[in-house]
Amino acid sequence: MAILSKEEAQAILKKVIGYSKADFCEVGLNGSDGGNIRYARNAVSTAGQISTMSLGVSSTFGKKTGSATINEFDDASLQKVVKRAEELAMLAPENPEFMPLLGPQTFAESNTYNAKTAAMTPDTRAEMVGKSLSVSKAAGLDAAGFLENATRFNAIMNSKGLFAYNKGTNVSFSVTVRNKQGTGSGYVEQDFNDLDKMDTLALSKIAAGKANGSAGAKAIEPGKYTVILEPLAASDILSNMFRGFDARSADEGRSFMSKKGGGTRLGEQLFSENVNIYSDPMNTEIPSATWNGDGLPVKRTQWVEKGIVKNLSYSRYWAAQKNVEPIPFSRSVIIEGGTQSLEDLIKSTEKGILVTRFWYIRSVDPQTLLLTGLTRDGTFYIENGEIKFPIKNFRFNESPVIMLNNVEALGKPVRTGSGLIPPMKIRDFTFTSLSDAI
Amino acid sequence: MRRRDFLYMTGVGLGASMVPNIPAFGKIISVEESLTPVDVALKKKMADVALNAAKSKGATYADVRIGRYLNQVVATRETRVENISNSESYGLGVRVIANGSWGFAATNNLDNSSIAKAAEAAVAIAKGNSKLMDQPVQLAAQKGYGDVSWKTPVEINAFEVPIADKVDLLLKVNSEAMKGGAKYISSNLFMINEQKYFASTEGSYIDQDIHRIWPTFTLTKTDAASGKFETRNALSAPMGMGFEYLKPKDEEKIKGGPVTMYKKRYDMLEDVREAAAHVDEKLKAKPIAPGKYDLVLDPSHLFLTIHESVGHPTELDRVLGYEANYAGTSFLTLDKWESKKFNFGSKEVNIIADKLEVGSLGAVGYDDEGVKCGQWDIIKDGILVNYQTIRDQAHILGLKESQGCCYADSWESIQFQRMPNVSLAPGNAALSAADMVKNVEKGIYMFGRNSYSIDQQRYNFQFSAQLAYEIKEGKIVGMLKDAAYQANTQEFWNSCVQRCDKNDYRLGGTFSDGKGQPGQVSAVSHGSATTRFNGVNVINTGRKLG
Repeated sequence: MAILSKEEAQAILKKVIGYSKADFCEVGLNGSDGGNIRYARNAVSTAGQISTMSLGVSSTFGKKTGSATINEFDDASLQKVVKRAEELAMLAPENPEFMPLLGPQTFAESNTYNAKTAAMTPDTRAEMVGKSLSVSKAAGLDAAGFLENATRFNAIMNSKGLFAYNKGTNVSFSVTVRNKQGTGSGYVEQDFNDLDKMDTLALSKIAAGKANGSAGAKAIEPGKYTVILEPLAASDILSNMFRGFDARSADEGRSFMSKKGGGTRLGEQLFSENVNIYSDPMNTEIPSATWNGDGLPVKRTQWVEKGIVKNLSYSRYWAAQKNVEPIPFSRSVIIEGGTQSLEDLIKSTEKGILVTRFWYIRSVDPQTLLLTGLTRDGTFYIENGEIKFPIKNFRFNESPVIMLNNVEALGKPVRTGSGLIPPMKIRDFTFTSLSDAI
Repeated sequence: MRRRDFLYMTGVGLGASMVPNIPAFGKIISVEESLTPVDVALKKKMADVALNAAKSKGATYADVRIGRYLNQVVATRETRVENISNSESYGLGVRVIANGSWGFAATNNLDNSSIAKAAEAAVAIAKGNSKLMDQPVQLAAQKGYGDVSWKTPVEINAFEVPIADKVDLLLKVNSEAMKGGAKYISSNLFMINEQKYFASTEGSYIDQDIHRIWPTFTLTKTDAASGKFETRNALSAPMGMGFEYLKPKDEEKIKGGPVTMYKKRYDMLEDVREAAAHVDEKLKAKPIAPGKYDLVLDPSHLFLTIHESVGHPTELDRVLGYEANYAGTSFLTLDKWESKKFNFGSKEVNIIADKLEVGSLGAVGYDDEGVKCGQWDIIKDGILVNYQTIRDQAHILGLKESQGCCYADSWESIQFQRMPNVSLAPGNAALSAADMVKNVEKGIYMFGRNSYSIDQQRYNFQFSAQLAYEIKEGKIVGMLKDAAYQANTQEFWNSCVQRCDKNDYRLGGTFSDGKGQPGQVSAVSHGSATTRFNGVNVINTGRKLG
């Protein structure tokens, strides 16, 4: 019941719109169906399965809007939720930021759904976790991990004829492998729409290799270093920056994209010339829905080209204020890279530090987007193109904006965390103190 | 209908998806519905259905939690109401031991058949998990309490206060902020009521009614000419109280310092007026010169340092490795506790776990596996003496009983080890914050939580504050900007040299502390008096963008 087809969703939404007496009515319907396994100390600790579905109605009279949600789908409940939204709309104050509903839109068919992922069962999950545990047990190491999969659908319809539907699947896996002495730790994390791309055995071997390789870490002085950030590490930091591509907060003077004297930094050279960032919901490696929550079509958008800010995202309200076209942001962020592998980047480095991932990243200063956090689960010293020895973890204080001004080389992008992100070689990355954590 | 009536009615309306920062909302309900509790006798009948079904399928132990979780949010920005939401999540979770292994299942269908099926499913899962088990669960003994109840001692049930009054308060807060020159102000009220029923095959039937409240705001001023902006958040604490928290009382204020601070009553209007002035000071503040400083930390700031550097590393599940893949492990390994001489901090450092502290977020009569709650020492005169445990961990510490640290954020979540209120005891000698400042030669006085980060074993941390004031030769000389302190947990707590007394003791807290996979949240408080730490490394976090 939790995953409806396009036609099933359309039928429910039409019925709900049919009950509406408001000037405008917009209805959203979504559901998910999935499960998970958690393990630690080389044994399964918990396992679960959950299915949910809910419907939200937004009714408008003039500029007065009321909303209500429900998770029951019999006719009486659907009528009740519409009536409740309309009662609230009649009582509501006018919303000064109300935008008229969109009419029918044309959306590309997304490629977010994979039937094999949708068919995952508890046995599939157990088998995948079993492969991970076989690695740690055979190597005399301890694994703690989490495997989760879900199928989700979202649909919206409004009384002006808009209808949008998307169905997608996702499977995610992460595992931390530690040695028995607690002196070495390795980590991998990966998510895909397509189950066939997920290899828990191979990934766990990487984590196990890092656990063994990171044992006996040496302390080196904090300071500014050339770093090679694995895609996960780069993604950990950059995801904080992507949220800043919002025109409204920039115009209001509350963002690193705000310009001194007023306005935004749109059109300015904010990053190195080798930085190109775009989003594309149709990218086959990281597909996403082709419409956003407003029902706006999401299309390929260039955010940064040769280091210059080419676009900021505009909500429909803010776009109207600024007399520009609205631009929705997309989850499928892609940073263009080159063809070099991570190993190639290491080979080309005279002295530097390889970072597997970062941890506990928090904003220190929103003005400069300064972030702090720590390296974790595999930090290594590179000399003359080779990994020489593991080093103790560092705390960093760095801004992703400054970081993208110090790009020396970018490798081949990999799907990870917040997008399709290349491994990055960055000069003058600021580490401020050492951590004893393993 | 009048606006006041609308505002009351909107409690039944706006969509949960619009609610900021609070996950896992249930269905939207009316205010009236929220004030009608489920009959205890009915809950007992449902619980017995689950327990009997579990036993009949071979469970050697079972517990059942019937939870009704009510959430209300009022969110405003400048002159408008952004969201009002009143929602409920109601259902039943059953946990069993069968073949020596845990199993769990949950349902929101509360007819007898669905409840029995959930219990049977939990037993089937336990039997399935037992095939992967190395050692059977060892559950600490727990007597059954029969029919008992507990309630947060609230004076005013926040759910009974008309929405209109809450909206009026927040819009007044916004108005005060704008009168003070703020261009952007958002203010919010979060209210939670957990109506929880617990029963077990050991004979406990525990009914609890738990209340929490969190008023907060964020005030921002921008300076277009310089391109600078600064914010200040409310210095309120989320509390385990009713709406009386928002009825100011002069005797619950600490005045005389650079910031007015609040104990068990909060004056939101006064705080926002001060915040507007503080942001002006922040825009003109002097950058910190990095170096070693003596820190005077107000409880509104220190609570988070306690939470991160003491609360989390003394969780026994982290020590054992159950959080290794997410939140990490702990440097406070069992050998350090076994030595009975691990020097966590100076002799000033006495850390107490307390599940009963009145007004705290974590106060409950019984935890989520039916253990009666209490108080115990974690750090005694600077020495690590204990951890935080639940029933299946107690034997590891040689304890006969659990310390009652089990919690689940929903009826559909599996209960696991969560932090109790963990607090730094105040000093015994009479000392006010003003007296403490007088003795500081070169220091920084910090208020409010801001940026925070700590490593995965809780050694290295970095914190900054909402407000940082420079102290020179015993006097506060002005505001500083870009100040953050970095320290190693053990070194930091060993640099603790002085605590103010109980008259300065206050609670801070967090509404949504995350842990586990899939993630769960819990609310917890941390108390302290103003406390001094000598010779802490402070860095300058200022940067320039190209």
